[in-house]
Amino acid sequence: MSSRLNLDRPPVFCPGCTHERITKALDRALEKRGIAPHKTVIVSDIGCSGLFDTFFNVHALHGLHGRALTYAQGLKLADPTLNVIVTMGDGGLGIGGAHVLAACRKNLDITLIVLNNFNFGMTGGQYSATTPTDAKVGSEFLNQAEVPMDLCAVAESAGATYISRCSGHDPALCDLFVDAMDHKGFSLVETLGVCTGRYTKKNQLTPRAIDAMIKAMPQMNGPVAKNQRPEYGETYRKLALENKHFSMPVTIKKQFEPAAPKREEIVILGSAGMRIVTAGDIVCYAGMAAGMNVSMKTDYNITVLRGHSVGEIIISPEKIGYAGIESPTVVVAISDEGVQRRKAMFATLNSDTFVLREKSVTIPDTPAAVVEIDFKAFKVKRHDWALASLGVLAKEGRGLTPDLLAFAVRKKLGVRLSLLSLFGNRVSLAQFINK
Amino acid sequence: MALSFMDGNEAVARGAMAAGCSFFAGYPITPATTVFANMLKMLPPKGGICIQGEDEIASMGYCIGASMAGRKVLTATSGPGLSLYSEQISFAVGSEIPLVIVDVQRLGPSTGSATRGADSDIQFMRWGNTGGVPVIVLVPRDALDCYLLTIHAFNYAEAFRCPVFIASNKEIGMTRESVDLDAVALPALVERKKHRGAGYLPFGAAPGAAPDFLPIGGKTLVRQTSSTHGPDGYITIDPGVIAANQERLQNKILAAEERITLYEENHREGADTLVISYGVTSRAVEDACRLLEKKGKPVSSLTLKSLWPVPETLLLKAARNYDRLVVIEMNLGQYVGEIRRVLCGKKIDFYGQMNGILIKPGKIMEVIENE
Ligand code: SF4
Repeated sequence: MSSRLNLDRPPVFCPGCTHERITKALDRALEKRGIAPHKTVIVSDIGCSGLFDTFFNVHALHGLHGRALTYAQGLKLADPTLNVIVTMGDGGLGIGGAHVLAACRKNLDITLIVLNNFNFGMTGGQYSATTPTDAKVGSEFLNQAEVPMDLCAVAESAGATYISRCSGHDPALCDLFVDAMDHKGFSLVETLGVCTGRYTKKNQLTPRAIDAMIKAMPQMNGPVAKNQRPEYGETYRKLALENKHFSMPVTIKKQFEPAAPKREEIVILGSAGMRIVTAGDIVCYAGMAAGMNVSMKTDYNITVLRGHSVGEIIISPEKIGYAGIESPTVVVAISDEGVQRRKAMFATLNSDTFVLREKSVTIPDTPAAVVEIDFKAFKVKRHDWALASLGVLAKEGRGLTPDLLAFAVRKKLGVRLSLLSLFGNRVSLAQFINK
Repeated sequence: MALSFMDGNEAVARGAMAAGCSFFAGYPITPATTVFANMLKMLPPKGGICIQGEDEIASMGYCIGASMAGRKVLTATSGPGLSLYSEQISFAVGSEIPLVIVDVQRLGPSTGSATRGADSDIQFMRWGNTGGVPVIVLVPRDALDCYLLTIHAFNYAEAFRCPVFIASNKEIGMTRESVDLDAVALPALVERKKHRGAGYLPFGAAPGAAPDFLPIGGKTLVRQTSSTHGPDGYITIDPGVIAANQERLQNKILAAEERITLYEENHREGADTLVISYGVTSRAVEDACRLLEKKGKPVSSLTLKSLWPVPETLLLKAARNYDRLVVIEMNLGQYVGEIRRVLCGKKIDFYGQMNGILIKPGKIMEVIENE
């Protein structure tokens, strides 16, 4: 195996820049590991560390600032055979912090090399997430009001399985890289270095000072014992394999010949927890079993367990265009919250609209025919009121028939129900209706 | 006849599966979440990968990486997520990375209303990239379209090597309806053209064409970059090379306008008015036209199913025999300007509504009748 350096595009760093040493150490590490160039990809971030992809004869992806880890993980998930290396500066660390945390937590088998040189070299030496408070950088006084972060400590608490902090001038850098790449899982190598173009113009920072700095910080030399766990890709594939069942769409053949197919517009006014969507599905299944087109719009709060829940169902022998409800043929009013949501509708109802109102629910004046039902009296639980209402509709032949309802309930709930058991007791349907 | 029952979001997911999608990354957001939920059920049994990014930016990054490894990828979001996608969309547009983005639009601006529909992002999808490079945007009118257009979207993404948007809407994505999946003629699946032979240039392409593809991880080394690049994928400052690439990016989409155009039209005998609409609004338009016909006032309709590139040839042809055009949008007029530009000289009336509810057929009839 030979060097992967692209001799046509030699490094272009400022004289004395640590990045140059890292380039060479990385090349020797790639050579030493012996993985074929076409099985290796370097994903580089933005800034001077973002030039890395151009120096090597391997696959390369260079993208947006801070996002290198996202491309790298997409590549690794899509092709687990790839050897994925990310180069990123302390700038990318700051802007892409969420991705660093996520990579530590995920533990996908990639290697992140953070080239920390304590400032933004390329844009003029501004302060970064790692700039010391007392440093003199290109951001006037701003860095003096903040503290630098310890990337390795953050990575450790985020669950990184391999962390190493070293000097970019460490003679063993190549072997440190090899060790990190050999780690099965996410490996982070934070290299500390000098930016001669910007940082060391106003700050004393020598390789020796960097060594002292590292010594003074918590030692991070490889696998983090407490965070060890299987690699993400392997875990993912194992869990995914357990999902063998591909569910086909709900498909319903026409199996009942409706006596007089006509358009029905059914509005169910309820509350969260009353299974309005389930009831709506059942009405739709019934319609489809009669060979009709159906649609259902729902309206509920994003706080799922509270507030109104409204279902608007259209059953039509013709193709359904506008999916809103214009002139309801059936209104089921089983909660005040639901009624409030559509209160203006009641005055506009036709005289032949069938309104089913639960006894405890108040509705505005309406020209429609209102039928009252006392579910409470028959000990039907509130969360069954929507389903129980369907039984009433079927009995009355409004939008449903008993056959259609029995079919749809079986299809939706997977249970063979007699109509009565929808109500949770054995009282005859007719007894519920109190005209 | 057997009908299937699903909402637009499930239909998108099923369309993606039918198109050969094998990777999804997304972040939950109402009203697009169930695209993600469906893909999470459907991809694993078929050996595909479905993951949740730590945010929308990451989700797009995962998709970009996976697409560069050769996979057909899908992501789904809504307006606020699309804002976060923006920088990655610019990358995918400028660096010719195929992917399909479903935008289940909700009422904007900003976080707006999570559960209220509107066609909020029609211009944002087109212009939400740095550089102003043209994109492809398809727009479904119902769940069946979600299924069919998603397959078209993958085909376009592969053929033109670009992101393709599906401009869905809460009112389609979250409305369940019966669909006859067997009744649609599906297009043949298109795969990105692989390079053969030696001398691969990752961005080498004829003027107006997309470059041939090779995956990262294949035998031939591939370079991908978000920086201004020449055919070899290295940074360039050569004005000639830059200009040629910019023109190519523009022309590969604009010159294919007719090939990309998707629509439905309903010309009625004796009509002197053509109503132009798109998305869920066109369902109410169709109802309005049917009711007007019954009243003895025939009106024709044109439903656009591709908005970008602007189907100029179609618009010119469809509007030729009409004195008056009426444009209806579920926003305050994001697309009517394009129609006015293409059909300048015609009398064009507009009605837009952005209040969280669907435009009613009655309102559309009123607009048509109140000349
Ligand atoms: S600006 Fe700093 S980081 Fe960039 S090349 Fe020069 S010394 Fe290196």
